[in-house]
Amino acid sequence: MKWVTGSAFVYLSAVKILAVFGLLMLIIAFWTLVERRGAAFIQNRLGPNRVGPGGLFQPVADGLKNFFKEETLPPFADRALFVLAPMMAFIPAFLTFSVVPFASPLPTPWGLVRMQVADLPIGFLFILAISSLGVYGFVLAGWSANNKYALLGGLRGSAQLVSYEIAMGLSAVAVLVFAGDISLNVIVARQQASVWFVLPLFLAFFLFLVAAFAETNRLPFDLPEAESELVAGYHTEYSAMKFAMFYLAEYSNMVTASGLLVCLFFGGWDIPFTSWDNTAPWTVWKTLATFVAFWAKTLFFLLLYVWVRWTVPRFRFDQLMDLGWKVLLPTALGYVIFIALATWALEVPGHEFGVREGLILAAANVVLGYFFFRVLDRNRVLGGPANRGRKLWRASAARRRS
Amino acid sequence: MLESYVPLLMLMVLVIVSAAAMVGLSHLFSASRPTAVKSQPYESGIPPFGTARERFEVKFYLVAVLFIVFDIEVVFMMPWAVTFRQLDILGLGVLGGLLEMAAFVVVLVVGYVYVWKRGALEWT
Amino acid sequence: MTFAFWFFAGAAILASFLCITRRSPVSSALWLITTLFNVAALFVLLDAHFLAAVQVLVYAGAIMVLFLFVIMLLNLGDAAPGENPRWSPSRVVGFLAGLGLLAELLVLRSAVPPDAIRLPPGVVAGEMAGHGAVQSLAVPLFQAYLVPFEITSLMLLAAIVGAVVLAKRRL
Repeated sequence: MKWVTGSAFVYLSAVKILAVFGLLMLIIAFWTLVERRGAAFIQNRLGPNRVGPGGLFQPVADGLKNFFKEETLPPFADRALFVLAPMMAFIPAFLTFSVVPFASPLPTPWGLVRMQVADLPIGFLFILAISSLGVYGFVLAGWSANNKYALLGGLRGSAQLVSYEIAMGLSAVAVLVFAGDISLNVIVARQQASVWFVLPLFLAFFLFLVAAFAETNRLPFDLPEAESELVAGYHTEYSAMKFAMFYLAEYSNMVTASGLLVCLFFGGWDIPFTSWDNTAPWTVWKTLATFVAFWAKTLFFLLLYVWVRWTVPRFRFDQLMDLGWKVLLPTALGYVIFIALATWALEVPGHEFGVREGLILAAANVVLGYFFFRVLDRNRVLGGPANRGRKLWRASAARRRS
Repeated sequence: MLESYVPLLMLMVLVIVSAAAMVGLSHLFSASRPTAVKSQPYESGIPPFGTARERFEVKFYLVAVLFIVFDIEVVFMMPWAVTFRQLDILGLGVLGGLLEMAAFVVVLVVGYVYVWKRGALEWT
Repeated sequence: MTFAFWFFAGAAILASFLCITRRSPVSSALWLITTLFNVAALFVLLDAHFLAAVQVLVYAGAIMVLFLFVIMLLNLGDAAPGENPRWSPSRVVGFLAGLGLLAELLVLRSAVPPDAIRLPPGVVAGEMAGHGAVQSLAVPLFQAYLVPFEITSLMLLAAIVGAVVLAKRRL
């Protein structure tokens, strides 16, 4: 079957765009509820459970409330920029998902349709480029509101975003070295043919995960809106729908970051241990099954965001910059060099990268990861209190025995 | 290849229109009863003093410059990453490609070490 | 195709005109970002996909952040009406340079480029489709232009050192 072309391509793309935009909005709305119920679960309370069964319609109520709430348009603010800032955060956040493939191609009477909004030749670079525009939402919100907290939050936010973007890009370079292509479709196909890249590139996965948390301003990196020190950070002066738009952008960025993690390291829409799902002929059932597989993995990472939020405390700003510039950057750079050397050593000319090479590198990653976490830990957790407790316990046990 | 940008352009239009609609419609529907106190800048309840447009530390500027430099490094590494298997430099084959990027990175690492030693990465 | 070119080219010119006429430096910077974005779209129309991505990533996403930081750092307010006289020396020089550029473009437009630097239509697109948009740029970049590429790293080093020296003179 051929790929769909011509005017059918345009019409089907329009349908796809509306469907994906709707799906994103639906997931975001649902996830605001999951976040609150998850927080409640972790803190041993109930959370919102009155609107609809189990609080299912709470997002609808919140949305309506935000829509009709009184808008504050501070007279001291730079009006035009103040209105523009939430849009500058919203627009790139909803554009980045467009290159993420989320299922196997769907056969239609007009031809095969890629389950991806736009199959751009620059693939991953598009996400990096557009997400770098997200900075302006922060800067403008912080600057235009003419509020001290907002300015500090916006400044911090932009410094944080730019710092972690480098770590994110460098850890993605390790993936590109492996896949040999920048298109996310090819990266997914390479993983289906060999192993999921999380095994041979575990450290890159870890660095990317940390950078993704920082790029989406989620705890432990939510310094731009650190409520205990900056009230609400860059959106202190915002209310109603404009305030909600910052949140829509944040959640949309979370969905894209999770989808990207899945595509780069967890085989995208691949169903593990089988190959029926990634070979032609494409059927509707394959599309459905891979669609479920992709979103199951993506929702896991979205759940991880909630989980981490209530587990890890917030960084201090100097710690945040130290982590970004002094730990993640050199580690990611060194790791790229290591991976390039390893690929060169392992790939005999004419021999494709396969499962064997993947497992060898996975073993190397275990060794590297041990040293990395040991250094990062600085004897705080692994050799610190936990270990000290164990030593004390052993000593008291010995005393009891004697 | 250009037609792959058509869906992107359509999505862009959709997202921009919906962003504008969100701001515009909620502005139409929302009530607005500003009072003198409500429209003051929020400073945790105490009367605001001074201006928010204060100068801030030069470190932020430094971070932005360093970001540009390392961003360009990443940009150069990406095409290299996807092609270094096909490179043949100075007759060394793939090794030549590796050495080429190694030379590029080493120069930047010198800069990185300099920045670190000068204390430009310290935030205290 | 032609419509897309005129649309993005027109938008780029309009945005750059707004960029130089705004009073507030922040909105000037925003219009400059719009210009850069439209130029990236023009690169796409020329099948320079990688260049378009880098244009957005480096210029719109990194360099303009620095511009905004500097504007905020110096706390530049709106230019007062009398602050910039209509005919200051820098304006005259800028106007003359702009006229020169325009004349140059008009001359170049009527000149026919030599055959050696002309590619038949579709060659670039075919190359991109065959080898990938990034790959077809990367091989010449790292092979034929090895020395310029390495010199770039020296320029970046100079940028790092220069920024630190300027920002931390008192250390």
